Amino acid sequence: MDIKIEQSEGVTMLFIKEDRLDANNSEELKAELRHLFDSGTKDVIIDLKEILFIDSSGLGVLVSGYKNASTSHGTLKLSNLQSQVKSMFELTRLHRVFDIFTSVDDALQSYR
Amino acid sequence: MKNDIDIDITIPSHTRYLRMIGTLGEKVAEELDCPKELRESLSCQLAVVLTEGLVNAIKHANRADPDKEVHIRINVSDKNLLVRIYDNGVGFDLDSVPSPSFNSQVLEEKGRGIFILRSLMDTVKYKRSDGGNVLEMRKKLA
Repeated sequence: MDIKIEQSEGVTMLFIKEDRLDANNSEELKAELRHLFDSGTKDVIIDLKEILFIDSSGLGVLVSGYKNASTSHGTLKLSNLQSQVKSMFELTRLHRVFDIFTSVDDALQSYR
Repeated sequence: MKNDIDIDITIPSHTRYLRMIGTLGEKVAEELDCPKELRESLSCQLAVVLTEGLVNAIKHANRADPDKEVHIRINVSDKNLLVRIYDNGVGFDLDSVPSPSFNSQVLEEKGRGIFILRSLMDTVKYKRSDGGNVLEMRKKLA
């Protein structure tokens, strides 16, 4: 999985450079998130701008990351959900769980 | 104009084929002779339904055994959509999969796949068939 990682103002941003987050590739993101939080990262934004399709495995990995964040007393926020991804969040009511922003900048702003 | 489309495809039991089958579902729905909005939402839904059904067959029914196969049949008419996904594994108990809790204090990582299928399709059944199992999902289109 192609993930670009950047840091800004103490926040780690993951830009997922794939068009799908599904059962075929989501374990890689799961491992990356677990590694980040295990090694002391506190606040993470995942930018999903390029993800055009997500399945329940992809949702599960984001939930897993959210739980890793909570355990580490950190946060996991999401940005740039495209329409199919938004629909899947609403269908499974995960839009009430995550802090979701329309841009990475707005997500960063929420930490200031 | 009749909309009847019948697709029959067999693939190895591996998640690398999810993209291919999902895209096939999108393309099938795009060819339906119905209002554009309905076509677009069906296209999206069919891609999700096929993906979720396949993941169940590959990971749970076939226990991630890459030597097994999955057989997919998609039948679309003016009135109905029928998707059947056949596995030749040990199967799983559909009825014992609980819906995910919507209590945000109790966040499960698994279990949303079957819930999604039941939300998008009118009926979802899983039963024995020809030495394996079939996940049979129907949706009325008109």
